[in-house]
Amino acid sequence: MRPFEYAAPRTEAEAVGLLAAKDRQTEILAGGTDLIGLMKQMIVTPSRVVNIKEIPSMQGVSQTSEGILIGAATRLEDIARATLLAPYPALADAIAGIDSQQWQAQSTLGGELLQRPRCWYFRSGAGLLAQNGQKVAAGDSRFHAIFANSGPAKFVSATRLAPALICLGAKARILKPGKEDPESDDPETQTCLVSELYRTPRDESQRENVLSQGQLVTHILIPHGKELANATYEVRHGSGPEAPLVTAAAALRIEAGIVTDAKVVLSQVAPQPWNSREAAESIIGRPVDLVTAEEAGRMAVAAASPLKDNRYKVQLAAVAVKRAILKAAGQPTGGI
Amino acid sequence: MAEVFWPAQGSAALLGGEHNRVDGLAKSTGVAKYAYDIAPDNMLIAQALSCPHAHANIRAIDLTAAQNVAGVVAVEPLKAEGDEVRWEGDLVAVVAAESEAACAEGLAAIKVDYEVLDHYVDDADLDAATGADATRPAGSNTQKADADAEEDAEFERLFGEAAVTFEADYGIHVITHMCLETHGSTCEWNDNKLTSHLSTQNVSGTAGQIAGPLELTAQDVTVHCDYVGGGFGSKFAADAWGVTCAQLAKNTGRPVKYMLTRSQELKNAGNRPSGFIHVKVGAKDDGFVNVWDSSHWGTNGPSGAPVSQNFIPYVFDPPNRRRVATGIRTNSSPARAWRAPNHPQCCAITQTAYDDVARHLGLDSYDVFLRNLSTVGERAAVYEEQMKLGAQLMDWKAKWHPHGKGPKDGSVVSGLGMAIHTWGGGPHNSRATCKIYPDGGVEVFLGSQDLGTGTRTVIGLVVAETLGLELNQVKVNIGSSEYPASGPSGGSTTVGGVSESTRRAATAALNELFAKVAVQLEANADDLEATGGKIQVKGNQNRNIAWKDACNQIGMGPIEAQGEYQGGVTYPRDYEGKRLTDNGVAGVQMAEVAVDTETGIVKMRKFVAVQDIGLIINRKTARSQIYGAAIMGIAYALFEERIMDKASGAFVNAELSDYKLPRMGDVGEIVVELYEPESEYNRGVIGLGEPPVISPGAAISNAVCNALGIRVPVLPMTPQRVLEAISAANP
Repeated sequence: MRPFEYAAPRTEAEAVGLLAAKDRQTEILAGGTDLIGLMKQMIVTPSRVVNIKEIPSMQGVSQTSEGILIGAATRLEDIARATLLAPYPALADAIAGIDSQQWQAQSTLGGELLQRPRCWYFRSGAGLLAQNGQKVAAGDSRFHAIFANSGPAKFVSATRLAPALICLGAKARILKPGKEDPESDDPETQTCLVSELYRTPRDESQRENVLSQGQLVTHILIPHGKELANATYEVRHGSGPEAPLVTAAAALRIEAGIVTDAKVVLSQVAPQPWNSREAAESIIGRPVDLVTAEEAGRMAVAAASPLKDNRYKVQLAAVAVKRAILKAAGQPTGGI
Repeated sequence: MAEVFWPAQGSAALLGGEHNRVDGLAKSTGVAKYAYDIAPDNMLIAQALSCPHAHANIRAIDLTAAQNVAGVVAVEPLKAEGDEVRWEGDLVAVVAAESEAACAEGLAAIKVDYEVLDHYVDDADLDAATGADATRPAGSNTQKADADAEEDAEFERLFGEAAVTFEADYGIHVITHMCLETHGSTCEWNDNKLTSHLSTQNVSGTAGQIAGPLELTAQDVTVHCDYVGGGFGSKFAADAWGVTCAQLAKNTGRPVKYMLTRSQELKNAGNRPSGFIHVKVGAKDDGFVNVWDSSHWGTNGPSGAPVSQNFIPYVFDPPNRRRVATGIRTNSSPARAWRAPNHPQCCAITQTAYDDVARHLGLDSYDVFLRNLSTVGERAAVYEEQMKLGAQLMDWKAKWHPHGKGPKDGSVVSGLGMAIHTWGGGPHNSRATCKIYPDGGVEVFLGSQDLGTGTRTVIGLVVAETLGLELNQVKVNIGSSEYPASGPSGGSTTVGGVSESTRRAATAALNELFAKVAVQLEANADDLEATGGKIQVKGNQNRNIAWKDACNQIGMGPIEAQGEYQGGVTYPRDYEGKRLTDNGVAGVQMAEVAVDTETGIVKMRKFVAVQDIGLIINRKTARSQIYGAAIMGIAYALFEERIMDKASGAFVNAELSDYKLPRMGDVGEIVVELYEPESEYNRGVIGLGEPPVISPGAAISNAVCNALGIRVPVLPMTPQRVLEAISAANP
């Protein structure tokens, strides 16, 4: 690990000022479960680390006129326990899958959403795109993307909570540095959909999210009016907090036994969370049962483009979608 | 005279009981200090630079910039210009600095000019290895019931006669030792004497390895290791890093800590060779394997040796067999002994074929294993008894269904599998000194080590049993090369070695004490016994003297007696059919699994391990060791493997986050049955470390095959491999 400056601001504005420093390479420290490892490996080498976990306004879950507001520095175990979030079991499902008391107690919502990809070429220092995608294409791609992988980015998005939040139409509140003097001007607020936080980088200058230096996700809002039956289903090789093989979340409006609205989002399958319109459309207008859920799973992977080592993930993605839909509808998922 | 041989079964006060570890509290509270924890004042941190290439020549190493980094105190090359690097992650240079951060800066400033060479890492593909000229013959060996018959014609005839003949492939990938405490040491110099706090399985054998390169003699080097965070066969040597640490401490005049990083540990400090096999099997209609014809291959790193053909097939020895071994040279670090070298791989790639005999014939696997016990040699009857016990504990007969013919719960099927194993476990050389002090205190000294198996507790129990005391009345001193030499802890040799030397030392000390108190008890020393904290006349409990009072009669200095076991030395080994230690065990394991056919996920339901180990000293730690072995076996059956990227030659999953291991939620119910009839008890103490880790791979693979009706040929059986096997069987 390289030496670095450490700052622990108490306000969001202070944090943005510290993060926006022109003469510093800055990183946001939340729970640290990902960043510390990356720094020890010197994959990221910030000259300043800004701890946002001690900013009171970024903590906790509250009811607002627009919906449920979750501070980005709220710990995962507090989200899993929050009674206000009881209508959104897809979140608790995903957190339960991060199967480690230490991780649940230490990790934050913002950190979970913006953790870096687990690609072993990236993690060994070859860069996020690992020589413009060549290392993955020639190398071992058993855990890499099965969608949107024709460009240089072949890693998979690591977040496990974004599928649930995207299904629920969640928005991210982003604080940006002021235009004139980023370090002292009042920061500006911007809101975007959680799905819009992510992008598929085209070159090494880009990250897998749209935030530029100094920008801070302070809150996630789950808007009212999206009271859909929802669930997350993950295919995990074993217990423990490690990356699952596939994450799928489904949110369904079921009226008189028929699905009238649906959203299906996956993670661990593409460089960013993967919204499967095909799966959602296939279930709309039908009842949820084994046949229709399985059909949705098949539709979810119809356009999959596996790499040489990860064809099995296509099957896993189809099963995860099927089981997420069944789970959201309160039906047995099967499996072990 | 106190008798050196063990008390008859059922008459021991402590042996065979359920005893907590004497160091359990220290370990669980963090009081126990491992090499990694030792932190003398003014200590420097040393770390090494790893080569990023799988194969390269070093054109030049420039250390100048590193030497100029603030906080860097010393920089040493570990390779010279012109040296060849033969695996990714090999260590090239080392930096000692005031802090980890300065060390990292120093490492980043080292400039190495590499000439990158071609590499080869694919050990599973024999054709590819042949094409890359990476193979070498590693022996072949044929046995025929009809010794005079012409070989090829005879094998053809035997296969023609068989009720069932099939060809199949099986394999098991390389795994690493994954010691939780990485390899390394903390070294201190005092008055030209070196203390190396080395994480080692071999305190008595490593001082000389450090002394030689430093041009010292072994008496100037003390190796100290109270606790080891895992070794599994990878920590017998001081290693280059152990020597370098001592050298850096000498050069800088300061204490130095040099431990490998996690990825360096996985890439350099120990792995288990792979094993892949193509086999043709011919069996009779009752499942008896009459003919076996196999070719196997695998890698142990650059030298290219496969697992030994001597264990093919494993435990079973069919009347007709031909086996050919091929080694594959790979650009990966050299293998080290891993818990039961050769056995787990050979079991996994051959007893799966025995199970496939049952599958092809529609027989119960249990019956096929039973039928073939006539080929296992002298311990057949023990295996048969252990199989019966295992089957009862697993409820085998009630749960059994033919392969692939069990009930299906949605996408989930379940199955049973078994495997059998063998190991030696005879004692290593060991010396012990036992001291009895005039105030009643008792100490024992051995240059042994406790790998976490409970050796410290076992030694204390043997002394306490011998002297008629409680365990907490004995102080056990191990973990230093200054104590009487004892062997390295490998091959399940420790418990035999230390219990025999300790028993002999404690008995000798006790007999000296008997001589001192005989007059007071108006008895011959020969007629005394030590029991329940007293010394008494045999058969007359009223004529006794309390332990402390007895010790008061010792006089000035303590009684100090030696005991030893040395291989090759003739001892009175047998006494009325009883022995202190012996060699050779059997063992039977059974697994029950559930498999999700949609996701390929295998879930352990139940695991039964039946094991003989002669006389059991501490039932609790013996059982605990088998739990650990079962979990380690579940790990290599279902989770862990070294993943080598063929394109770059890199070991890509060399971090704990990517190197998959089971958690408690993945191991299911584990049932341990210690098989200790009087006939086994009277053989004396036999080692336990290796045997229970051998069978899990085959047993679990066989259970998965029984569930699916399809063989998942290669371990670990990841969701990917299970789904690929299902998809290959249903094209």
